[in-house]
Amino acid sequence: MDIHEYQAKQLLSEYGVKIAAGGLAYSPEDAVQRAREIGGHVWVVKAQIHSGARGKAGGIKVCKTHDEVSEAAEALLGKRLVTHQTGPAGKQCLRLYVEAGTDIAKELYFSLLIDRTHERIVMVGSAQGGMEIEELAENNPDAIKKIYIEPAVGLQDFQARKMAFALGLNADLVPQAVKLIQGCYRAMRELDANMVEINPLVITGHDELVALDAKMGFDDNALFRRQKISELRDKTQEDPREMAAADRGLSYVGLDGDIGCMINGAGLAMATMDMIKLAGGEPANFLDVGGGASAERTEKAFRMVLQDKNVKAMLVNIFAGINRCDWIAEGVVHAVKKIDMQVPLIVRLSGTNVEEGRKIIKDSGLPIIMAETLAEAAEKAVQARNEVVAGRYQPPASRDTITSL
Amino acid sequence: MAIFIDKDTRIIVQGFTGKIGSFHAQEMIAYGSNVVGGITPGKGGQTHLGRPVFNTVKEAVQQAGAEASIVFVPPAYAADSIMEAAEAGIKFCVSITDGIPTQDMMKVKIFLSKFPKEKRMVLTGPNCAGTISPGKSMLGIMPGHIYMPGNVGIVGRSGTLGYEAADQMKALGIGVSTSVGIGGDPINGSSHRDILEKFEQDPDTKVVMMIGEIGGPQEVEAGMFAKAHMSKPVVAYIAGLTAPKGRRMGHAGAIISSTGESAAEKVEMLKELGVTIAPTPAAMGETIAKVLAKL
Repeated sequence: MDIHEYQAKQLLSEYGVKIAAGGLAYSPEDAVQRAREIGGHVWVVKAQIHSGARGKAGGIKVCKTHDEVSEAAEALLGKRLVTHQTGPAGKQCLRLYVEAGTDIAKELYFSLLIDRTHERIVMVGSAQGGMEIEELAENNPDAIKKIYIEPAVGLQDFQARKMAFALGLNADLVPQAVKLIQGCYRAMRELDANMVEINPLVITGHDELVALDAKMGFDDNALFRRQKISELRDKTQEDPREMAAADRGLSYVGLDGDIGCMINGAGLAMATMDMIKLAGGEPANFLDVGGGASAERTEKAFRMVLQDKNVKAMLVNIFAGINRCDWIAEGVVHAVKKIDMQVPLIVRLSGTNVEEGRKIIKDSGLPIIMAETLAEAAEKAVQARNEVVAGRYQPPASRDTITSL
Repeated sequence: MAIFIDKDTRIIVQGFTGKIGSFHAQEMIAYGSNVVGGITPGKGGQTHLGRPVFNTVKEAVQQAGAEASIVFVPPAYAADSIMEAAEAGIKFCVSITDGIPTQDMMKVKIFLSKFPKEKRMVLTGPNCAGTISPGKSMLGIMPGHIYMPGNVGIVGRSGTLGYEAADQMKALGIGVSTSVGIGGDPINGSSHRDILEKFEQDPDTKVVMMIGEIGGPQEVEAGMFAKAHMSKPVVAYIAGLTAPKGRRMGHAGAIISSTGESAAEKVEMLKELGVTIAPTPAAMGETIAKVLAKL
């Protein structure tokens, strides 16, 4: 789970990380009020969206008067910002963070991440801040310092000092840096974060280390024990379809293609999507219905997939393990009868009781296209999609039409 | 003896009397696995599914000679159960539980690493389908009947995609020595590489099918191990060609967060390391068949 910059800053400041004075605003009036409270002559109005690279997308505005603050707020609120992290749809800005301008002498990079190779937390720093770490890693990998932290004993001060020196800090700034680094580490451990990133971390003209930006991500698997963090969730920043799916216990990711998918198991789902691509199509979504695909769950999953109006054909691929194909077939037949399907449906069943499952679908008399293998399923789905695009597909008469006749 | 379990391996179920634990314990017993009991703290002394219930893993080891365990304990308590098994002297543990916090797994890995290698429990999972040595023993939640006994070792992150591979092989008359699920989480008990090492030493295995996916460095590390230390051929398929960067595809670990973690990049690197690639998920069986034909 991601949170906003202002939330990350509030959390980190409780752990001793220095931040500039700032406040949250939901309207231009709020924003001006915050600027008044902060005082001074320079303010930064920052769009709060779950994405980095906000500056390049015009989401960060430096203002010198209250009027400018108001104008900046007016321009940003309600706007959809598109960055390379948000995808083409962008993310809507509904909250602003107004912050006192900071006198920047130098920009640095600092983060804590979970390293999957070493299975421990790694501290990453660079004297070249502001840039995205991926970019830096590509252009100048030697400028990045990594220090691994032994989970059993935790982060030691000498390691924090080593990082501070690697960041090129003067000796008098080192104690501040150690405090900041230890604070970030404690926040990561105590709040079950999977990343803390301060980019840029700045040295001010007054020789202070300040987190100019802050980003934190949290382990979804640990939210059950982090009530306070769960409450920071901002649903406006997440794909509404994915949220709705999660509420129903389904795992859904919306994509740009037009072949809808319903599959059991994350790996098989990815593989089926690959197969669609290799057959010349593009998947509209990732959807794992999980192990116990009951009739009710199947219907929900169908509705989820068909909610996407781009979908021109739908592919169901189930490998029944604990499940049985006959149960799944019944669920599919039930769903199709209940939902007014306007696109062709391709079903491939495999595993336990496959013959019984196929028979149920065949006997239902519904216009369902059956496939035996994964390759055949993908080819038939792409073919069916092409028929729809070419205008050659005749959807079955909907129940509404039948009643009106 | 297959790589981890055999007909006689004495198995216990942690989370034995719960709904899920009971269901899968019955399935394993029906397959012929030697389930000797289970653990539910506080219910020790009772009998469940005709087998004794113990309060602690230690008691199960001492009284029933337990050697392997399977964990169905809910995510909040699963790490604790895994460490209990390791401390009690269990040799092989499968954690089915999905949703264990990453930092709990870091703790588990450190705990395991403190044991000397010969006494260290092998953990597979969490968030996996388990391990099966067809015709011998099943320590997992897979449909046992889709696996035919044979000489191909399977290691994979995904449950159903592993079933798909076994099913394709069976259709071609190819059987499996052991299939190991390592799970879809960012930190697993055993890696692809760890399992390849076991298959290399296993006289029953001639070829290994490695089923990977986007996210993390594991598949490439396994490829490097295969190149340096393996005499047996490895075939790989990497799922997630169409997965966009930065989006989690169902599994907690299936996310491309840095360079080298996409399916296309992994495939390229594995090819360079001499691993045979199954070009599509529908071609896993036939690729294995071709490699077997050349042996």
